[in-house]
Amino acid sequence: MPFIANTEAQQREMLAAIGVESIEELFADIPPELLCCGLDIPPGLTEQEARTKMAALAGRNTTGQIGFLGGGFYDHFIPAALEAIVTRSEFYTAYTPYQPEISQGTLQAIYEFQSAICRLVDMEVANASIYDGGTAVYEAIMMALRITRRNQVIIDDSVSPIHRKMVRSYTGNLGIDLEETASRGGLPDRDALAAQISDATAAVIVQNPNFFGCIDDVSDLAEMVHARGGLLIVSCYPIAMGLLKPPGQMGADIVVGEGQSLGMPVSFGGPYLGFMATRKKHIRKMPGRIAGRTVDARGREGFVLTLQAREQHIRREKATSNICTNQGLCALTAVVYLSLLGKQGLRELARVCAEKADYARERLLQVPGVTMRFPKRWYFNEFVLNLPMAADKVIRALFTRNIAAGFPLGRYWPEMSNCLLVALTEKRTKEDIDYLAHALEVIL
Amino acid sequence: MVPKDLSYTREHEWIRVAEGIGTVGITDHAQAALGDITFVELPPVGQELAQGAEACAVESAKAAASIYAPAGGKVVAVNEALEDDPGVVNSDCYGEGWIYKIELDNPAEVDALMDPAAYEEFLAQEEH
Repeated sequence: MPFIANTEAQQREMLAAIGVESIEELFADIPPELLCCGLDIPPGLTEQEARTKMAALAGRNTTGQIGFLGGGFYDHFIPAALEAIVTRSEFYTAYTPYQPEISQGTLQAIYEFQSAICRLVDMEVANASIYDGGTAVYEAIMMALRITRRNQVIIDDSVSPIHRKMVRSYTGNLGIDLEETASRGGLPDRDALAAQISDATAAVIVQNPNFFGCIDDVSDLAEMVHARGGLLIVSCYPIAMGLLKPPGQMGADIVVGEGQSLGMPVSFGGPYLGFMATRKKHIRKMPGRIAGRTVDARGREGFVLTLQAREQHIRREKATSNICTNQGLCALTAVVYLSLLGKQGLRELARVCAEKADYARERLLQVPGVTMRFPKRWYFNEFVLNLPMAADKVIRALFTRNIAAGFPLGRYWPEMSNCLLVALTEKRTKEDIDYLAHALEVIL
Repeated sequence: MVPKDLSYTREHEWIRVAEGIGTVGITDHAQAALGDITFVELPPVGQELAQGAEACAVESAKAAASIYAPAGGKVVAVNEALEDDPGVVNSDCYGEGWIYKIELDNPAEVDALMDPAAYEEFLAQEEH
């Protein structure tokens, strides 16, 4: 089957219509160094050959390590019931509905997702989801700029370095005064922020628990930024909301986060799930789609996409965002996951994660030479260890023992090259933790 | 329906000037074209606007439109009643449906706008 939809005869006809001899002449204005000079593509394979080749490639991946990797993406157990529900054909679409009202099931799922996010983070309104956690942070920044009509944005550097990098990429050419503030002792530096926040500050962005796993009550930061007329954006880890004070109770104006932990596997490149919630008074400045519940002409309950005048198919260049879609299937996955867990289940899950992290911390600190990087802080399920040697070397050595030991913080903080970020989920057993500790004792 | 005591813009705003303060709203033609107005985004009081600058926006069920400053100045009041009842812009666009008041930098800018007769002619041309 040809992948170019038009025939050579049609191409000649089109070229003749615009008075050009050849396709090369059509592209004559493109500098030759930018033109692709032939692709080195091997001949086609049969289906069987392709399957064999792909299986061999897939077989080169290492799977089944005992994983302590976190850093924003967490290996939680995914119940089989989840896949059975989300793959039902009534639901199964990756995409936002573009003829929405005919897709009542999809709209109701989005509505339930929004409601679940609001309850999780204790905010008033949520949207239908955004691509991923990093995009959500960026969109929250843009939203704060619209609300405040200001230009300065301050990000604490214990916000995920991946998200900060995404924000820098997105905003690079927008003329925004984007400043990063170094955290101190594992938490946002109050003194530095107090000195930095001004009447030009649109928003301060923090993460809780932050990238180092540290827990913080940022209520004082909310007051600090509100006093100057700015907004507080908090990025959070949804599973932690089972135990921690939600950002909505700390005075956050916009709450965002990465939703992968809500029933999605950790996989390189995603698909992931961004969520976003805010106060009702800011709803018209929020990007993304919003599903609403209403009644039809006969008084029957139904679901619609609402407040669409914010969106680019209506407001064009003045839209709140170029995002006119959502992560349909991932949002569905998240709401099904939360429904399967239930309120009590989420609380128990969060407690189990925290207790396993407690045990792991105690056990790993018995390893000679291992100390806590931020010993005075509180943690949820993740913490930073000081090792007596470079963390990336330790990680490589442990990998041969079938352990993915964690994230080497030296990758983003050069002064922390001996620091290992270790995450625990309910999937890690006492034996797994003891095995990690034992392996560390052997290596160090 | 084009009141005789107002000046008009090509973007279908009207302005009424009294003692250096201009009151701004949208015309009957504009409210009819937009349909049921669901939200009026008011400008912040104190905002400085140049003539023709975007001041705020109105949304209807299926459209959003920007409201521009017919003349330059500083926003001194906004019609907060529209926050709860934006439909007033539909029902009384030249009266209770006013949107904001602006302290004019240069009242002569208003003289350059269309008078009622010119605006009626402008509307007639737009229909063609």
